[in-house]
Amino acid sequence: MDFSYTILILLLPVALFFIIGLLGSKMNPKVSGMIGTSGLFIITLLSYVTAFNYFTHRTGEVFQSIEVFQFVWLPFTDRLVIHLGILLDPLSVMMLVVITTVSLMVHIYSLGYMKGEVGFARYYAFLSFFTFSMLGLVVATNIFQMYIFWELVGVSSYLLIGFYYERPSAVAAAKKAFIVTRFADLGFLIGILLLSFYTNTFDFIALTDLNGPAIAQSSGVVFLGMSVTTWAMLLIFMGGAGKSAMFPLHIWLPDAMEGPTPVSALIHAATMVVAGVYLVARLFPIYHFSAPGALEVIAYIGSFTSLFAAVIACTQLDIKRVLAYSTLSQIGYMMVALGVSGYGSEAGLGYMASLFHLFTHAFFKALLFLGAGSVIHAVHSNLMTEMGGLRKHMPITHITFLVACLTISGIPPLSGFFSKDEILVAAFEHHKLIFAVQWIVAGITAFYMFRLYFTIFWNSNPQYNHVPHESPPTMTIPLVILALASVFSGFVPFHDLVTSDGRALITEFHWIVAIPSVLVGMVGISFAAVLYYKKNSKPETVAKGLKAFYTMAYQKFYIDEVYLFVTHKVIFQFISRPIAWFDRHIVDGAMNLIGNTTVFFSGSIKKMQSGQMQEYIWYFTSGVLLLTLLIFYLN
Amino acid sequence: MNLQAEIPLDYMIVLSTIVFFVGLMGVIIRRNLITMLMGIELMLNAVNINFVAFNHYLFPHRLEGHFFALIVMAIAAAEAAIAIALIINIYRQFATVSVDDVDELKY
Repeated sequence: MDFSYTILILLLPVALFFIIGLLGSKMNPKVSGMIGTSGLFIITLLSYVTAFNYFTHRTGEVFQSIEVFQFVWLPFTDRLVIHLGILLDPLSVMMLVVITTVSLMVHIYSLGYMKGEVGFARYYAFLSFFTFSMLGLVVATNIFQMYIFWELVGVSSYLLIGFYYERPSAVAAAKKAFIVTRFADLGFLIGILLLSFYTNTFDFIALTDLNGPAIAQSSGVVFLGMSVTTWAMLLIFMGGAGKSAMFPLHIWLPDAMEGPTPVSALIHAATMVVAGVYLVARLFPIYHFSAPGALEVIAYIGSFTSLFAAVIACTQLDIKRVLAYSTLSQIGYMMVALGVSGYGSEAGLGYMASLFHLFTHAFFKALLFLGAGSVIHAVHSNLMTEMGGLRKHMPITHITFLVACLTISGIPPLSGFFSKDEILVAAFEHHKLIFAVQWIVAGITAFYMFRLYFTIFWNSNPQYNHVPHESPPTMTIPLVILALASVFSGFVPFHDLVTSDGRALITEFHWIVAIPSVLVGMVGISFAAVLYYKKNSKPETVAKGLKAFYTMAYQKFYIDEVYLFVTHKVIFQFISRPIAWFDRHIVDGAMNLIGNTTVFFSGSIKKMQSGQMQEYIWYFTSGVLLLTLLIFYLN
Repeated sequence: MNLQAEIPLDYMIVLSTIVFFVGLMGVIIRRNLITMLMGIELMLNAVNINFVAFNHYLFPHRLEGHFFALIVMAIAAAEAAIAIALIINIYRQFATVSVDDVDELKY
């Protein structure tokens, strides 16, 4: 099968970026939007064709990894060569489909949502740039190429969060996102260097080869009680945790909601934030065989993040922030599934479940964000306290939002039920405590999603300044498409397609897990219905009853304050201040001393330059005479 | 006529030294720009005397010293032209030819 056309999937978005970016200011905003959207439509079609061809042309039992392109980019030495290329395997092909689909929906949606905004063309240029970076990230053939695109994704996320750059809060959020993820990427880079130093390769196929250097030959070097491979994999996970906003590096994601809502749907819900999951899945054999300790850490961090974020989500009032914490929680699920997974055939259920959840989550979370964007567009506010009773005004948004809420709550037969169920089964078989936590989180998820749903679409009927109306078709059509995807993506035979070793696995339906998980979802929905279906004082009563805990959760458990304390009071006070003092007083002082000495001496002799020509002649003549006498004397 | 017999070289050197320092004193002491220019001419002529005298006494069969004296005269003529042009411009600018009053270029 010839896949050489896949290069177009990378080249088209970068071409769109340059066309819209350079000529965007010259053309009608509508034209630039149409160019971006239609270009992306072609890319999406190409991705679908690639996926169809790849998944229908299996040779034998196993899906092969295909390196479509591989050319030398930076030959540093004989051993250290960096390639650029395109790698197709079930994982990357699945990601291509997810990214292009969500990106296309966001492109169409933005035609309506961003209409009339200043910088419309700039917005589309950045969207194309992001799509390019994200696609480059998932098709990378080696870890270094992935790192480059990883950083490009970070840059485009920064640009899009700070899209409204006149707003100080957006600028601060963009900087925060960039600095936090960049800090995490430092760990990623060190991890890459450690790993490739001991394995002599960057290539994914060589790294994840079961007989390859990363897995078969242990380096045997031990540092602080852990093997170097474990250290390297933990540091690589640190990069993934930064991008995927795992605790304690999650602080940037809620603030990133300052960006336009479609951007949040694309970058901070469906694609970029799952890059960490993708990274761990990509290197999964190494984690499983060489660094099981690191995998356990991933499971615990994922589990804790999902619980922690779900609790915070119950208290937030900004609808986008609720969705942001919900995203954290769901990515925690994916991390848990990877952490509890084994390798090969049925043991690899967690791996499959994680990517399955990534796949379904991308659709329903993008739908939730776009639905929230539609609501914000109509009400001109992010706060759910200023909303209510919108079901009559916005029927399409209402129905699609309800579908997404039911999906994320795991109500059968919607897609979220299947993927979450697989994760719970994997956790159940591996670790009962983690299973219990994830089971509770499933209930909390249903509660906060329906709290959001009831507060926006039912509850009170506040006085709106002007009557909210349904969004234009450019915005509702993507909602409907994504709602259909949320409903039906659960029926994709994922266990045949994307598995840890490329072989199909057989999944059984576990009643013992499925029934409690549906029940806990129902309980969560019922609680939300009791508290928020009609405006009443019960939510306040509950909040008062749990006063201390509620305040802590509302203040996001003071993690931001802890960061501020650590950075301002500890790092700035005890490290940066002394260094700044040294720089200002010792380094600058030495330079100033030289300068001041020169100024002082020149000040004392500058009167010699009096402008009186004859004085100069005196000096000159006496100098010559003195020199002459000196020469005579020396001879 | 044999100068060498009657007047020794030392006399020539003493003469040129006197002329040189007279010129130098003129440049240093007189405030009038024209007079200072005359001092410079004197210093140049002192050099000319040295050139011709050394050529005559030390290498009587060669002519470089004479030629140098001629070149110096030519340069002196050009220099006098430029200097007078400068003095005229200074006079137009400051309405004086006294060097004491032309002290704008200082610290």
